[in-house]
Amino acid sequence: MTSVPIIQTDKVIKEYGMGNVRVSALNGVTLTIGENEFVAIMGPSGSGKSTLLNILGCLDRPTSGEYYLAGEDVSNMNKVQLAIVRNRKIGFVFQSYNLLTRTTAVDNVLLPLIYQHDDTMNEEEQYQRALKALDSVGLSDRVMHQPHELSGGQKQRVAIARALINNPVLILADEPTGNLDSKSGQEIMALLSELHKQGRTIVMVTHDDAIATFAQRIIRLFDGKIAIDQLNGQHQPAGAIQGGEDAN
Amino acid sequence: MRTKKVIRIAWQGLVRNKFRSLLTMLGVIIGVSAVIIMISVSAGTEATISDQISGLGTNLVFVYPNFSRGGFGKDVQNNSGGLVYDDAFAISDQINGVKGVVVEQNSSQMVKVGNITIDDGSILGTTADFPTVRDMDIASGRYFNQNEVDRKQKVAVLGSSLAEELFGEIPPVGQVVTVGSIKATVIGVFEEKGLVGEVDFDSRIYMPITVVLQKFTPSRLSKIMGDRVKMIYVSVDENAQMDDVIGQIELLLAKRHDVSLDSPDFMIQTQQDIIQTKEATTKAFRNLLAWVAAVSLIVGGIGIMNIMMVSVTERTREIGIRQAVGANPNDIRLQFLTEALLLSLVGGFIGVLVGIGGAWVFGILGDMRTVIVPSSILLAFGSAAAVGIFFGYYPANKAAQLDPIEALRHE
Ligand SMILES: Nc1ncnc2c1ncn2[C@@H]1O[C@H](COP(=O)(O)OP(=O)(O)OP(=O)(O)O)[C@@H](O)[C@H]1O
Ligand SMILES: [Mg+2]
Repeated sequence: MTSVPIIQTDKVIKEYGMGNVRVSALNGVTLTIGENEFVAIMGPSGSGKSTLLNILGCLDRPTSGEYYLAGEDVSNMNKVQLAIVRNRKIGFVFQSYNLLTRTTAVDNVLLPLIYQHDDTMNEEEQYQRALKALDSVGLSDRVMHQPHELSGGQKQRVAIARALINNPVLILADEPTGNLDSKSGQEIMALLSELHKQGRTIVMVTHDDAIATFAQRIIRLFDGKIAIDQLNGQHQPAGAIQGGEDAN
Repeated sequence: MRTKKVIRIAWQGLVRNKFRSLLTMLGVIIGVSAVIIMISVSAGTEATISDQISGLGTNLVFVYPNFSRGGFGKDVQNNSGGLVYDDAFAISDQINGVKGVVVEQNSSQMVKVGNITIDDGSILGTTADFPTVRDMDIASGRYFNQNEVDRKQKVAVLGSSLAEELFGEIPPVGQVVTVGSIKATVIGVFEEKGLVGEVDFDSRIYMPITVVLQKFTPSRLSKIMGDRVKMIYVSVDENAQMDDVIGQIELLLAKRHDVSLDSPDFMIQTQQDIIQTKEATTKAFRNLLAWVAAVSLIVGGIGIMNIMMVSVTERTREIGIRQAVGANPNDIRLQFLTEALLLSLVGGFIGVLVGIGGAWVFGILGDMRTVIVPSSILLAFGSAAAVGIFFGYYPANKAAQLDPIEALRHE
């Protein structure tokens, strides 16, 4: 593995609200995830899983603490800089798909390319690249379909194609199978495993133990803190493997 | 290439809600069409006025009877408050610096030559100076002289299109034309003059005013007071002082009518006065339309702002998605600003069409001349665009400042 981890956080704290009614969603999360890891984040409802994932995805900023993404300090970036990081380095997959309505699959997939300001790729190249991404998730026969013409599993595959199109260093998925039946869920997980095999780094939030078995490493949050961080199938206390890389 | 994309995305946003977009544009449509109609009406009036200036001949003074002077009673019983035919001669004989005096009296009579009949032929009774004062040239024959006017000779001079209509190829001079109850000899034909203001000078018959007054518009009072006339045109010598001549006419007429200069029974106007009155009327109308245009553009802008606010709220989720995949605040602002701009520009375009159509309808229905000014279209588009940007900025900025997480969580 490379010397620079994909994710490195130090005592990340996230608090909501102001004054005396402060809720802390994250209570000092220190975490390292290396290249080509496949990590599942688990934990009870309200334990801060989504909050953590949003910070890792640069959709949100920590109240305090540090976050290095592929060696770059992103914890103090402004909105415009964060948008560039989301665009270039991160592919996000949501539980509720978050596709643009009344927009074809291919147009949804190439959406990130529209926001590449310095890119010289022309529209034809963008389109071809979106077609390739759709092909890689097995949807080349649904290119011109709009979200309301697709099944839940298909929608999630469009979302994964969109997450892949910018060739990001990190793929984040917040309960990607949460809205799907078990069969479609299995298909989506097979797809994510395939991406992992191709060398992608994936961090996924899930409630489902069966889904978590696809990951190599499982992090359990409790009250905004990492309670357990273990390789899949092993039972190891969190402290033993803090520092990430040696988990591989 | 990026601009094209931005415009396309914004366009798709509008097409999704066609009817709503159309309603939103209504204010802009009204505002823009008002701008165009307003400018075309005032341009039309200016053109009419400038035609009148060149058509009337220069240095003209108009003398009207004034019936509305202060107080009834004594003055009315005094039988004043009118201009008579002889006033014109007094002016032409006794005032220095007068080049010519013309008295006019209209009438409508049946005109007949052979088997060609015009039921309501337009007759103009005038005096010998008419061609000089009104800048008319004779094409063939001659105009009648003062001697013929005084002797009430039954002679006629024809406008060019009327001559053509009555006589065709035959030379009209020397022919006889039946006008109402009399037969008149044609002694001349005018060159083509065209429309002056709204009057067609080419389709009239010109006859000595004495004949018209006696045969076509007789009045019982005329035996006592002389023939009343509606207007006297006085053409002033180029080198004479206009104000001086007007002063002299006032004094003369006041003396002849036995009235004081403080409440005369006549009114004297110059061409300049008439143009100014007309311009004041158009200006009032133009100001009114300018207000209508400004108010509807603002109302239209508020409409756009309102819909854009609704749109931003409705599409919060979409904004969140775009932010999640890398749109920065500027991208979002640009998208919504472009939508507002497109709304106002498309509204502006429809408004231009409506305005051109409206100006045309105005020209036909109202007795108003309208001229479409190309630069008014640019002005209208420009103000529509300004409205779009001005009123679109606040909602666009609101969209740009949405937090991605909250936007994504929005239902
Ligand atoms: N915008 C917010 N304002 C206030 N509190 C918030 C906000 N977002 C999250 N929280 C709080 O932060 C805590 C963690 O929320 P988070 O969504 O990360 O939980 P989660 O682990 O993803 O739960 P679930 O499994 O139900 O999705 C919760 O107590 C939640 O109420
Ligand atoms: Mg969650």
